Order: sequence, then C-alpha cells, then structure tokens
Amino acid sequence: MFRKTFIAAATAAVVAAGSVSISFAAECIAPANPGGGWDFTCRSISKIMYDIKVIDKPMQVTNMAGGGGGLAYSHVVNKRNTDADLIVAASSATATRLAQNAYAGMTYDQVRFLGSIGGDYGVIVVAKDSPFQNLNDLVNAVKADSSKITFAGGSAAGGFDHLKVLMTLKKAGFDAVTKVKYIGVDGGGDAITQMIGGHVQAMTGDISEVVGFIKNGDVRVLAIFAEERLPGEFNAIPTAKEQGLDVVALNWRGLYVPKGISEDDYKKWSMALDTVGKSDEWKASMAANGLMPFHKVGDDFQNYVGGLMKEIADLSREIGVIK
Amino acid sequence: MEVFDLLGVGFAVALTPQNLGLAVAGCILGTMIGALPGLGPSNGVAILIPLAFSLGLDATAALVLMTSVYYGAMYGGRISSILLNIPGDEPALMTTLDGYPMAKQGRAADALVLSGVASFVGAMIATLGLILLAPLLSKIAYLFGPAEYFALYLLAFCTLGGVASNNQAKAAIAAAIGLGLAMIGLDGNTGMSRLTFGSLHLLEGIDFLVAIVGLFAVTEVFVFIESQGRDSAVGVKLGKITIPYRDIIATRWTMVRGTAIGFVAGVLPGAGASLGSFLAYTAEKRIAKDPESFGKGDPRGVVAPEAGNNAAAGGALIPMLTLGVPGSGTTAVLLALLMTLNITPGPTLFTDRPDVVWGLIAALLIANVVLLILNVPMVRFFVKILSVPPQILLPAVTMISFVGIYSLSGSSFDLMMMIAFGTFGYALRKLDVPTVPIILGILLGNHMEDNLRRAMVISGGDWKILFSSGLSIGLWVAAIGGFVAPLFLRKLMNKPQRITD
Repeated sequence: MFRKTFIAAATAAVVAAGSVSISFAAECIAPANPGGGWDFTCRSISKIMYDIKVIDKPMQVTNMAGGGGGLAYSHVVNKRNTDADLIVAASSATATRLAQNAYAGMTYDQVRFLGSIGGDYGVIVVAKDSPFQNLNDLVNAVKADSSKITFAGGSAAGGFDHLKVLMTLKKAGFDAVTKVKYIGVDGGGDAITQMIGGHVQAMTGDISEVVGFIKNGDVRVLAIFAEERLPGEFNAIPTAKEQGLDVVALNWRGLYVPKGISEDDYKKWSMALDTVGKSDEWKASMAANGLMPFHKVGDDFQNYVGGLMKEIADLSREIGVIK
Repeated sequence: MEVFDLLGVGFAVALTPQNLGLAVAGCILGTMIGALPGLGPSNGVAILIPLAFSLGLDATAALVLMTSVYYGAMYGGRISSILLNIPGDEPALMTTLDGYPMAKQGRAADALVLSGVASFVGAMIATLGLILLAPLLSKIAYLFGPAEYFALYLLAFCTLGGVASNNQAKAAIAAAIGLGLAMIGLDGNTGMSRLTFGSLHLLEGIDFLVAIVGLFAVTEVFVFIESQGRDSAVGVKLGKITIPYRDIIATRWTMVRGTAIGFVAGVLPGAGASLGSFLAYTAEKRIAKDPESFGKGDPRGVVAPEAGNNAAAGGALIPMLTLGVPGSGTTAVLLALLMTLNITPGPTLFTDRPDVVWGLIAALLIANVVLLILNVPMVRFFVKILSVPPQILLPAVTMISFVGIYSLSGSSFDLMMMIAFGTFGYALRKLDVPTVPIILGILLGNHMEDNLRRAMVISGGDWKILFSSGLSIGLWVAAIGGFVAPLFLRKLMNKPQRITD
C-alpha cells in the first residue's frame, strides 16, 4: 500500500496543475524504462483491457527498470507474491535471462506465466546492396571467414538476438560460435541504421523492427525464423526452414502474475488476457506493429516457457555466457 | 509549395480549440516539470502518458500534449539552473555555469529572458530544419558507425578541460570519476555484469538523474544546513523583468552557432540534447576572444547551451520519426507513445501518416510560440514557484525529486544512492572539485566505451578502424585541436594560469 500511495502522490504532484484526478484499478509493471517492448506490452494491453471494458478503471503502468527485468522479478517474488491486482510484462528476453541465471538465482517457477497473445518472429536482414541473396549465402560467408561478417542486434551479447544467429549457424554445421562477431547496440532501430550505413554486414532482430525499412526497400530480409511463411504483405519473405536451416525463433510478448494469487484470480486474468488477444483492437495493434498472432494462455504457456528454458540454457553454456 | 500545403493540413489538425488548449496546458506542465530537478523531460512525458489515455485523447491530440510537454521541459530546465544552481534536467546542466553567476550579479531576469529567447531561436530553427531537411538529415545517422561515434565523444571529452573550473586537473579528475561510475552495470559487449557486486540494482548502471539530484540538490541541502543559509546558492532575488536587447543582439551569432551544433547532435541517435548543449558551450568558449569570462556570468555562456539543447530537442525528432531510432531519452518515450497509438515511426511514416507528422510539426511550432510567451513575459509565474524562502524551497525541491525518481524506478535503492551522491558532492564541494564533469562522464562515458568496444569487435582488435573514414579523421583532428590549442594559445597570450575561485 505504501508504494501505491507514493505513486499516487508522485502522479498527483505532476498532474495537480491540470487538476485531473485518475484512479487506477490494477497495475501493470513494465520492467524497463519507457520506450521498449515491455513498455509497449503493458501500455497496449492495459489500454485495450480498459477500452473493451474487461476492467472498469484505467490500469496504472509502472516502469520498474533494473537488472534487465530482474529487479521487477525480484520485487514481484519477494514483495507482491499475493497481489491479485498485478500483471507484469514479459517476453523471450525474460526467459533468456532466467535461463542464463541472470536474475540472481531466481527461477521461472517462482511466478506464474499467464500467457502470450502476440509474437514477433526473428529475422536476419541485409542492406539492399548486399552481395548476400539468401540465408545460405550469408551462412557460407561466415563459414568461409567469420572475421569478415559482423552482426548487429538490439540486445546485449548473449541476448536473444545474438542467440538467433548462433542457432542458425549451428544448424548449418558451424560450431565455432565464439568466433562469430556480434555487436549489441541500443535497440533494433539502431542496429538497422548501423547496417544500412555499411558499418556491419547483417542485422538480427524482430520483424516488427524492420517493417518500415522493408516497405521502403532499404533492406532485404534473408530469412524469417517462423514455422511457415507469414500471411499477407510479408508472404514473400522466405523462412529459414525452407532454406534448409530449421530454426524457429519467436520473441513472444506476454505477461506473468505473482505465484501466490488464488486460482480464481489466475483464471480471471487468463480470461481477460484471452479476451484482449481475440479483440479487434489487439489485432489492429498487432498489425500496426508487425506482431503476429501467437496465442497461448494459461498452463499451456507455463509449460512452453519451461521448454524454452532448457534450450536457451544449453546454447548459452556453449557460448560461455553461463558456466 | 508542397511543404506549405502539408503544413496547412498540419495546422488544420493542430489548431482546433481542444488541441490548442492541450498545447498550452502541455507547455505549462512541461515548463514546471523541467524546472523541478529530478523530473526531467523523459520522466515527465512518461508520467503523463496515462493521463493522455485516461482523457481518451486521439492520436494527434495525445501527440500535441506530449510534444508540448517535451518542448516545455526543455525550456523549463534552465529556470532552476539559473536561480538555484541546480539543473532542472540533464540538458540544462551547462546553463548553470554562467546562468547562476549572472543571477548572483543581480542579472537573474536578464539571464532568464536571454535564455528564453535563445531557447526559442534554437527550437524554432530546429523545427524548420525538421520540416525542410528531415528526409535528407536522416541519412546523417548512416554515416556514423562505432568508430565515428567514438571520435565524436572523444571530441566532447577533449574540450572538457577548464569547463566548470579553471583548474584543469580538478576538472579532469571529476571527468575520470564520472567515467569510472559509467563503467558500473551490464557490459553490453559481453553481456556480463561489471562492478555490480551482485546487486540487481546496479545491473543497468547509474541513472544520471539520480546523480544529478544527488550531486546538486542534495549537496545544496547539506551546504545550506552547514552554513545555516548564509553560503547557500538559493535565494537569488529576481528584479524587474526587462528585455536585454543589447545582449540579445550581441549574442545573435552565438544563438545561431549553438543551434547548428545542437541540431546536428540531436539528429545523431544516442548523442542527444546533453551533448548538444555541452558542445555548443565549449565551442563558444573556444572561439571567444576572452574565454576567461566564461563561467563568471557571460551571457554567451547562457545563450549557447540553451540554443543548443532546444535545437537538439527538435533534431532528435528526426531519427525518431524517419528511422524509428530515438535520438534521446525523451524521444524514446515519445516513440513508445506513438507505438501504443498504433503509429509505427520509420522511413514510411511521412508518406503513410502525413496527418500525424504534419500535425506534430504544427504543434511544435505552436508550442514554441506559447513557450516564448510563457517564458519571457510570464517567467515571473514560474519564478514564483522557486522563490519561496530557501528553508522551505530546498527540502521541498529535494522531496519532489525523491518522489519523482521513486515513481519512475519504484526502488528505494535509488533514493539511498541519491543521498550517497549528495554526501559525495558535499565532499567534492569542500575540495573545490567541480561536479559538472562527473555528470558528463556518466552521461557520455558509456556511449564512448560501447562504441570503442563495438569498433574493436568489428575490426577484430585493429586500431586502424578508428581512422578509417574521412568523418572520423575530421573528428579526431578537431578533438586533438580542441585539446592542444588552448595550451598553445595560453602560452602565446602569456596569460597567467588562473586558480579556481
């Protein structure tokens, strides 16, 4: 309660001049500063929940940056374990860090993963004037001389963008994963700018990060890491799988809730998320932001996250991010 | 001309009574947010986003409100810099150097009006630059790879000597402390944590807002307590507000130069307003015939950083809109807002959603005029907020800073850190070590290191990559020139080395 009073006071201090008062029903924690994917998850899901009246008051979005999401995770596990009015944004990055033991020993079963209602498939793109025409051209170039190709991505070394490249190269039989050159910059937009500028040869990221550049013709997508080609305007993009490299990498966007809440409350949130996922508003939001449907809610999703853990942990051990 | 037609569309969108009202409200809120230390433009905008949603605003209206807050905060930051010697936000850091001495000389009103006009000129030219050059300028970002960015930040540090203090060694020590603090956190190159001592709180490094509030506001409280109010910076009286025409005319080229430098710094992703105002200030000092008057209340020292940071604010919108790459912390928040509103910035935004882009640009132009009115004839209103007796004001400012920071991070750790910085700042004050270079070290050090490391990864450890393009060589020459020139100039002019006061 103390925290909530504080947030209310802070908001009131700023808003007082506008003499508008807001009351909040529930809270969504975005475990990062405003502007990133988690922030987007919280803000769009909470907005839609309110717009379609799944909740009757606007939801407060709290940004709790720190430890790559670890601070919020520890906050939820230790201090809010029974808070039924709380949802927290999560993504593949949450799973990656949990698997790499980057949250100070906390494990994925200390919260309940609620579900994911959208995902962002991984892509590898090159500039339009690049000599690489397909994924195998690029992979073969790395195999021939890995010092000539640098990848840029929006996550730090060992993060999901980096792992996608390594998974692909391993599938192609290139095992010297530590030799692969990767620079982590401040987000996908930055990575693509570096690539178009010719400072690096390829960019690894998510499809939503490159939508504008595809339409503009500045980049060529060598592969999308999806099971099958996407529908609609992205149908021309070949999957990695059809090029003989069976890698599927999905950056899902979802939520978790505290573990100690009642089964009824868990159900209530599951239903709310399910409704949002099926709403036209969410479909419009996904379409505008390049997200693809990826609808897994409830226990099904908790198991899915468990499976991911193992896969990521194995690969991370191999590249030396974890011992 | 096509531009004017499009701008006409924009004004049609922005000039509805509702949007005009929002622009005025946003400007007032923004100026207040900027003026309060600890509430920078990025948290201000972030805190107000839920307000935009709960008011049920449509995309354009929400953008009008938020960009007015954004520009307003850029104007407002200077007020507490000048009157309290506490920067209202990080881009206003450089304004303390000459703004506060001017205020101490009884020229607070002049400093406020002058910086208000400089802000207006900077923001206005930058907005025009955004209109005319956005598609073209977005290409500048492509020229900057890791090597070029490294050289750019190096240039900033090479011109640091003598800023905020005439004792170069102390300024250098302070900068080194800042660089050291910037090391804390996740090493982006290996994904390993550094100097975090197992604490999750330190994993993302030290927030510069925490450092600013600690080193400036909290330190000020300590000094105030110790001296029982006698030596405190606070309590500058504001005289009658007149327009210092002579200074405005005398500094007209300073405004233009500051604007140009700030604008380019803003266009570069990651550089942002702080670098813009810093480079504008040091450049102005370098070319001045009498650099020793800087730091003592020189009007140029107020005009250059204010024109610079407001121009950078406009410039930073270019990579955000055309590339989807935020050029500063605040534009990162605006980017999030756009995406929540289902508008995806990127190369096709100008053609896909002209109503949004031109509505935004029209809103910026309107906000600028509103802000000039608010910040020049009506500046007294904002000064009122800061002119309560210091024994009430200082704790109040500190408390609001604490609440502001807490509401953002939701962590009491940041509050402890702020107090630690305050204690540290008090010790530095006693040792006469300037704190401005520390903040610059924290702000820019990370970027400089990251880019050097990235360049090394790309080249496989070959140093020659740092001199591999004309642009980077040019920046290196400027950096070395900026570092060496003053040493020679000083000899030539046979000027005795000044001891810091």
